[in-house]
Amino acid sequence: MRLSFKIPILLGAVASLSACQYDVLAPSGWVAAEQRDLLVISTLLMLIVIIPVIFMAIWFPLRYRADRPDQSDYAPNWAHSTRLEYVLWGVPIVIVAILGVYTYIYTHRLDPYRPLDAAEIGTEIGEPIEVDVVSLDWKWLFIYPEQGVASVNELAVPANRPINLRLTSSTVMTTFSVPALGGMIYTMAGMETKLHLIADEEGTYFGQAAHYSGPGFSEMHFDTLAMSDADFDQWVEKARASNDELSRDAYLDLEVPSMANPVQYYSGIDDTLFDRIRGLCVDEGKVCMDQMMMQDEMGGGGLEGIADKHKYQYDDQRAIDGFGNPIGVPATPSAPAHGGHAEGETLSMNTHEGAAHDGH
Amino acid sequence: MATEAHVQAPETWSPIFGRLTLDWIPYHEPILVGTFSAIVLGGIAAVLLMTYFKLWGPLWRDWITSVDHKKIGIMYMVLGFIMFIRGFADALMMRAQQAMAAGGAEGYLPPHHYDQVFTAHGVIMIFFVAMAFITGIMNFVMPTQIGARDVAFPFLNNFSFWMTVAGALLVNISLFIGEFARVGWLAFPPLSGSAFSSGPGVDYYLWALQIAGVGTTLSGVNLLATIFKMRAKGMKLFDMPVFTWTTLCTNVLIVAAFPVLTATLTMLTLDRYLDFHFFTNDLGGNAMMYVNLIWIWGHPEVYILILPIFGVFSEIVSTFSGKPLFGYKTMVWATACIMVLSFVVWLHHFFTMGSGANVNTFFGITTMIIAVPTGVKVFNWLFTMYKGRVRFEVPMLWTTGFIVTFAIGGMTGVLLAVPPVDFQLHNTLFLIAHFHNVIIGGVVFGVYAAVTFWWPKAFGFKLDDKWGRRTFWFWCVGFYFAFMPLYALGLMGVTRRLQSYMDQAWQIYFIIAAFGAVLIACGIACGFINFAVSILRRKELAVGNDPWNARTLDWATQSPPANYNFPQDIVVTGRDAFWKMKQDGFKWSTNYTDIHMPNNTATGVIVAAMALVFGFAMIWYIWWLAAISFIGMIATVIAHTFNYNQDHWIPASKVAETEAKGEVA
Repeated sequence: MRLSFKIPILLGAVASLSACQYDVLAPSGWVAAEQRDLLVISTLLMLIVIIPVIFMAIWFPLRYRADRPDQSDYAPNWAHSTRLEYVLWGVPIVIVAILGVYTYIYTHRLDPYRPLDAAEIGTEIGEPIEVDVVSLDWKWLFIYPEQGVASVNELAVPANRPINLRLTSSTVMTTFSVPALGGMIYTMAGMETKLHLIADEEGTYFGQAAHYSGPGFSEMHFDTLAMSDADFDQWVEKARASNDELSRDAYLDLEVPSMANPVQYYSGIDDTLFDRIRGLCVDEGKVCMDQMMMQDEMGGGGLEGIADKHKYQYDDQRAIDGFGNPIGVPATPSAPAHGGHAEGETLSMNTHEGAAHDGH
Repeated sequence: MATEAHVQAPETWSPIFGRLTLDWIPYHEPILVGTFSAIVLGGIAAVLLMTYFKLWGPLWRDWITSVDHKKIGIMYMVLGFIMFIRGFADALMMRAQQAMAAGGAEGYLPPHHYDQVFTAHGVIMIFFVAMAFITGIMNFVMPTQIGARDVAFPFLNNFSFWMTVAGALLVNISLFIGEFARVGWLAFPPLSGSAFSSGPGVDYYLWALQIAGVGTTLSGVNLLATIFKMRAKGMKLFDMPVFTWTTLCTNVLIVAAFPVLTATLTMLTLDRYLDFHFFTNDLGGNAMMYVNLIWIWGHPEVYILILPIFGVFSEIVSTFSGKPLFGYKTMVWATACIMVLSFVVWLHHFFTMGSGANVNTFFGITTMIIAVPTGVKVFNWLFTMYKGRVRFEVPMLWTTGFIVTFAIGGMTGVLLAVPPVDFQLHNTLFLIAHFHNVIIGGVVFGVYAAVTFWWPKAFGFKLDDKWGRRTFWFWCVGFYFAFMPLYALGLMGVTRRLQSYMDQAWQIYFIIAAFGAVLIACGIACGFINFAVSILRRKELAVGNDPWNARTLDWATQSPPANYNFPQDIVVTGRDAFWKMKQDGFKWSTNYTDIHMPNNTATGVIVAAMALVFGFAMIWYIWWLAAISFIGMIATVIAHTFNYNQDHWIPASKVAETEAKGEVA
């Protein structure tokens, strides 16, 4: 009768033997391995309660069924036992207390903002590598400030070196997720989040956007290539050989919504680019987030600020229709309107006209 | 730019039709045209049958305008089951799409359609299925459990119901006029803002939820007032049945949490309609604020759904074990703990947004603490069975299935409450499996149990046993097939809401899940067959007023209960009042008096119909119609305040007659 509950377990056992990549359970990075350990510890702790519960849920009704032969133990009014209640409250409290201690320790150790610590990892690790990550509609941009290169939809990292990520988004929210290396973090426009990961071994790991972000979401995945230092240098050389420069204009071209974008490389990165992306002011004439916050702090623009409204607006340029086609409006009131439905038309055509000063 | 050649028609506006143009009628979508034809044909058939059997009058007099809490409760259940078909059709479409769209295959639903399907599935299942079900059960059962004749505000009850229906209708209208939102069930901005969701989809979402939300909030106020003011003489709070306690706690949550939803959605509406910038990237808006606010409502919402179900199982376990509920006071305090704690855990829905370690730890641990009272509840049910006489009737089958399934779902829930584990599992199919594990294993199983349990009370005959068991087994086995593969996929890191994916190794899991969905479909079919078979065989299945040998006052009424519920006022002296009455050999005195009851009114359905028109007009920017319908709503409500014909007396002779009829059973 209870076979139904066994089938999924059997299936699970079969599945785990198959070729699937259980990235969360069999990870390739220290962060993910720690997270896996915590997952296993928590599961085992809870099974202390869950297994007896499942057992009792099936055994009690069968044992005490109404048509049992010997009903001398029927206790029609038994509904309270202080001693039993101590146990029923006590056991879950103790388990949650233990779990709480683990939670405190691991949450602090694995805080995504905290740089990785060689002593904690326990093996030799190299110098950290910095990568700035931008989620665009619907592709990933990885900027390597130290190497002066950038790539789209391909994250190359040297294995055994901490990866220090700074992340932001150009439009909507999503999350950056490479399950084999560790947990995810949100990317949000106008804001910066941080994540620290490491790849323990060379390999290609699956990476994705893990928060629905619009029509092109399903194809917003990328390969994470963890390679030797030498291979990584070669990869950087390959990117440097690219003729495409990632200037602010080139970024505005790239920002136009597109789906299933091929891997691209850029050389010659504008030094201020990531800060401007995060500040939503890549476009000339826009007020950066931090400036805006400072202005607000000082009392805001007042009534005369109304005329400057367009300098604080970004979303309308990046607007999309229901199928993901760009329908953005021009950057400034002085620029001509355009429909924006035709293939190949880019927002940046209109974004450089008009006022090119911040004003404040 | 998009992989398809589709573009959305540029927006135009005309004074008469607003932005509604022929481009928004999806006559080129075969799935929708088919659905539409089926609904039209079915509708015509229903209209003809109704006319032939002259049912319009009774439908209007006895149901649509009824202020009887039992009839309103039953109508909520009907609404829930109808919307369940819609929501489940969405689920099947998703399972089919994901089973097909592997390794570069596109499946049969492009993102434009698929994204609407998963949004509609979530919205419908939570707001118009689960909420309708629990409100229906609370409405039907609670007043009779406390010995009341109706709720505190009978007209408001009718109005609340029809507002919920208006919201549900708006969601369904979006299927054939325009489109639904493509933003996920919580509509996170900036994606749900006007820049990234042009078109009427998100507006359908907003107005449907706002209109239904009015109904939910008022219903919460109503049921709370009922519990506090209308209990039978002598019934102290700690004499109330546990189901009434859980109803109390749920409605406290509704009254406290739904205004937050209303405010949040209002801000999003202002962003979209009037160029406010609460949640935009522009002009200093902050989308994270929306995420906080929506989850401050959203987390209590899941307890709003599950608490009454805990109450349902408490009644069932105690009835079918032939024992009082073990640890009644503990159960009440556990419920109250959950009620309070549910407001301090919302951040666990976004540990991955970069809150600091201390904040994450706090919300992680508060979440785990909820597992304690929940665990205690489970133990209490188990020890109610201990040394009892457990009758394995269908409701008890659902209960056993619930405890086992819910225990697993609870465990995966605590896993997700551990921040570093959540960093990996957030938004993955593991999460999807978890909340279906608790919502199906909890709410859905609970609703089936409740329907089976109280059906004889509502209609005077039991549901068929064989079809009941079939429903259970298909649902139970189907659930495990449908969601265990999703746990596995989650552990591979696969995220939710994928319209297609590259890795073909995942496909077999999605195929197994789709098979599970088919089994569930069989379960749902068996459920409906059960209703049909039982109605046809109602003479054989007829039972008395107390078929399960139950313990609470709801079973002291006739089956179905007379519209006044109880012929005389009851005096309660303790818990399990009906059980005590039976032991004392209680009989109603034949000395009846006149009974004061509220009159039916059409105001509720009329105002809700105008709200529906208002919502539709706002969605399509048809300002003249919006203005007229809004003024109409206000005017009707004001006119209703001048209706002095609001109550009537049932003469003692009529009561005696009705009671004599009920004696037979």
